[in-house]
Amino acid sequence: MTPMSTASDERASSDDQLSAETLLEVEGITKSFGGIKALNGASFEVATGTLTGLIGPNGAGKSTTFNVISGMFNPDAGSVRFAGEDITDLSPDRTAKRGLVRTFQLAREFQNMTVLENLMIAPEGQIGESSWRSVFPGTRGAVRSQEEEVFEEAWEMLEFFDIDHLALENAGNLSGGQRKLLEFARALMLEPDMLLLDEPFAGVNPSLEEKLLSRIETLRSQGQTFLLVEHDMDLIMEHCERIIVMHQGETLLTGTPEEVRSEEQVIEAYLGGNVA
Amino acid sequence: MLMSIVDTIKQRDLLGGNTRLIGGAVIGLLLFIDLARRLTSGDLTAALLAGYIWNGLTFGLIVGLAGVGLSLTYDLLEFANFAHGDYITASAFFGWGTAYLFAGAGEFDPGSLFFLGVGGTLYPGDVGISVASAPAAIVAGLIVAAVAGAVLAVLLDRLVYSSIRQAGTISLLIASIGVAFTLRYLTVYVFTQQSFGLTVSAWVYRIPLPGGKLNISAPSLLLVSVSLLTMLGVHLMLTRTKLGKAMRAMGANRDLARISGIPSERVITTTWLIGGALAGLAGFMIALLQGTITYQIGWTLLLLVFAGVIMGGIGSVYGAILGGVLIGLITRVSLVWIPASFTEAMGFGIMVLILLTRPQGLFGGEIS
Amino acid sequence: MLNSLSTLWENDLVKIGVTLGAVYALYLLAGAALGYDLSGQLNSLRRLTFLIVLYGVGALVVNLHWGYSGLFNIGIVGFMAVGVYTTTILTRPVAGQNPTGTLPGLGLPLPIAIIGGVLAAAAMGYVAVLPSLRLREDYFAIVTLAFAEIIRITAKASELQEFTIFGTTLGTGGGRGIRTYPNPIDQFFNGAGKPIVAAASSFGIDGSLVTGWAFVLVLTLLLGLVYWLIVRLAESPFGRVLKGIRDDEQATTALAKDTNPFKIRVFIIGCAILGLLGIVWQGSQGYIAPGLFVPQLTFFIWIAVIIGGAGSNTGSIIGSILFVGIIYLGPGYLRRLVEEYVGLQGSVSTFPNAVGALLGGNVDPFLLYNLDQTSALRVVLTGVFLILLLRRRPEGLFGSRREIAASIDLESRVRDRRNSAGADGDSE
Repeated sequence: MTPMSTASDERASSDDQLSAETLLEVEGITKSFGGIKALNGASFEVATGTLTGLIGPNGAGKSTTFNVISGMFNPDAGSVRFAGEDITDLSPDRTAKRGLVRTFQLAREFQNMTVLENLMIAPEGQIGESSWRSVFPGTRGAVRSQEEEVFEEAWEMLEFFDIDHLALENAGNLSGGQRKLLEFARALMLEPDMLLLDEPFAGVNPSLEEKLLSRIETLRSQGQTFLLVEHDMDLIMEHCERIIVMHQGETLLTGTPEEVRSEEQVIEAYLGGNVA
Repeated sequence: MLMSIVDTIKQRDLLGGNTRLIGGAVIGLLLFIDLARRLTSGDLTAALLAGYIWNGLTFGLIVGLAGVGLSLTYDLLEFANFAHGDYITASAFFGWGTAYLFAGAGEFDPGSLFFLGVGGTLYPGDVGISVASAPAAIVAGLIVAAVAGAVLAVLLDRLVYSSIRQAGTISLLIASIGVAFTLRYLTVYVFTQQSFGLTVSAWVYRIPLPGGKLNISAPSLLLVSVSLLTMLGVHLMLTRTKLGKAMRAMGANRDLARISGIPSERVITTTWLIGGALAGLAGFMIALLQGTITYQIGWTLLLLVFAGVIMGGIGSVYGAILGGVLIGLITRVSLVWIPASFTEAMGFGIMVLILLTRPQGLFGGEIS
Repeated sequence: MLNSLSTLWENDLVKIGVTLGAVYALYLLAGAALGYDLSGQLNSLRRLTFLIVLYGVGALVVNLHWGYSGLFNIGIVGFMAVGVYTTTILTRPVAGQNPTGTLPGLGLPLPIAIIGGVLAAAAMGYVAVLPSLRLREDYFAIVTLAFAEIIRITAKASELQEFTIFGTTLGTGGGRGIRTYPNPIDQFFNGAGKPIVAAASSFGIDGSLVTGWAFVLVLTLLLGLVYWLIVRLAESPFGRVLKGIRDDEQATTALAKDTNPFKIRVFIIGCAILGLLGIVWQGSQGYIAPGLFVPQLTFFIWIAVIIGGAGSNTGSIIGSILFVGIIYLGPGYLRRLVEEYVGLQGSVSTFPNAVGALLGGNVDPFLLYNLDQTSALRVVLTGVFLILLLRRRPEGLFGSRREIAASIDLESRVRDRRNSAGADGDSE
């Protein structure tokens, strides 16, 4: 996969920072919505190059955490640090520009655009996004050649995920599983340093799931970091190096799969009991 | 450079509602001080100011009444009904046609009467309606206007909106624009673009004040009484009746409403009935107040009604009324400072300001 | 044979041409039935084309704003007014040089004034969109409507009818309006182009027809330019992001795109074009007044877009052809045909009288009344048609068509990949 010329000099993780241990640091974030406390001082860390799982019963605050980290909401209290930089109050587009990208639980594909367009919209640094350059004959040549590159990348992505036959299909016509796939692939097009995946495997068939996991593995070995929300316990236990357990807006505990599996409190939390 | 401006605006927003509140209070204080200055220096007489305030109040009550219906449907059915202005117009014509029929029955041809003498077949002086001389006709007109508005609102919902309710707020908005123009130009078809004089002057109560007299016309007094009575009625309906409570519940707690499903047909119908009836009353009364009526009477009111609704907060009945009164006062009292041609623009400007700084208005709970 | 015809139809320009041709044919037939001579027919087509081209430009802008970017602009006429009023004020002769009794201006040459008008409209667009970026669609619509009304009020204000600032006298003409500027096309044919007019007269074609058609052809060129510009914008990464904003702005933001510059730029570009539209449309008629810039016009332009299908540029043009040809000018021709072939007794009176006569068995007054009210009925027809469209076919004619936003031809590239994969006998 030929890397896109990332014109994004806002990328937080330059080479020397990539080797740092902790990439994402969430500390004491609190968030209320009209009297309901969704997050109550959640704190955790994610190390670079790891596949970390985020689990917890419904209502634990997992999606809200993603929303706060990615910048969609500003927390009432607490901080979020990415590659050493405070990104607590950054807007979603700025956060994504820093290399921290998220996917949505309910896939938000662009319904009235083809699958190809959905993928091609993602890469950063497209000079054709300037209204001037995309119109005038002189500069348009450069835009066109960059479009070819973007197309190649998108096509390769489509082929890998076996959805190239859907290239010109409107994204709104895809099945549920295909849309999740598109959501994931689209996020990958951004070449993020860290990917927040919100239930990416829901509705995806097993063979494709294998493919996704292997892709994640490959990327992880290349230094990309993943934080994964999932309800499929086997998957989490099998593939994640580290697991964060949330409950009622707080971090219950973090640890390796073995540690978490045996912890009484986790079982209690999932059964709905109040944790001492 | 473009972007740095946008950024500054975005950042300033983050300073929160406090700056806006303080800013608004400061401006209000400055205006108040200037007002006092003008009063004492003689630039502005108490009589003139009192006149502005009275006009603003009466006009504002009409805007407020019209706004209640708009606010309710905006909140419950989640779309901005751009046809609301033309509901006002159509029911006003029905009401006044009836008033004319009542007043001139026996003396004049019913066709001419009901159609307000379009084409010059009849003149206000011939029929001579005023609050004083033909109270029964006026009351009859009021009632018919309210009924016409209610029926029209429900009818149009059945014909147009109900089948596309799930199509989304923008589709409904576009449909309402279609309804608006259809209604408006049906009115032109029947009544042409003529401006109709309606009344002859009744008595005017003059209160002496420093600098002159405060004129309180009979129509304005009737207007205020009708408005207050109507508001009381609506208040009672919303707080005492079962249906009213259901409406309030649906409007106030969107999540509850969503869980329990789409608003029930009864609540929807009642909302249209009330909104339409109030629009009819507002239409009849604005025509009474101005003494004239044209096919545009509702449309010219509509943006100001929107302004009042937005200021008061969508979904709040009291907010709509208060917002309407505020708009009325702003557009009339601003005559102290700006020329008459621009007072309406002032109202729009304030609305835009509210939309940009506090879209949920004074009483609305919705986040934009 | 059928196959090659259908592939020919695939070409957008063919679609437009065929639709236009069909409408032309309709009007020629109507003209023949009305006994128009050559001049008459040419004039009829001229008027038709004039309006189609102008509505076409307006529709393309609305499509750019709404169909592509999700910006619900119902203040269209306001920006047109800013463009033409600014140009008028900039170019009208300076006080003392103009004929007595007419309003003075700044006396600048027309090309400069036109640029000024376009820039003013763009600036107004900037003022309108900048604070409204966070507003959701319906609130944005209300703000644009408020802007258009404020502009109309300002143009109508008697205080601005004529005023002096920094020693110069200017004016908007207030409610009465203001004379605009001479049409350069007219001036050309009165000067250097006189021989052409003379030649045409020898064929029995009126001189004014020559200038009229020349102007229409210039406008068509303008339409072509605007079409080219907008297609270039739309079929590019820029256009892709616009479509993303329309479909799901939050998701677009999550993909590291700051949506604000996109919305601002596309809005300003559209408003600039609208300013130019006002300059060549109302401005070319010689006289402008606030009453020309009414919501009805915004409504008509929107209808053209909705008929064609929001999101499709070709649809906007075809929608304009159909709207102007059938809904806008159609009723007028229908009326003339009825007047020509159906002898109606009596004169036009009022609605109650007409209905009264109808109930009494006399149809003529009612028909006469309807014929007299075609302009009002036309709007009613449009409104009803809009509602029907929204119920039955909200995507219009071409709204569900795929118009891909990329600077390269994706469809052919995908075809190539598939063909080569098939030829190799295996795909990944």
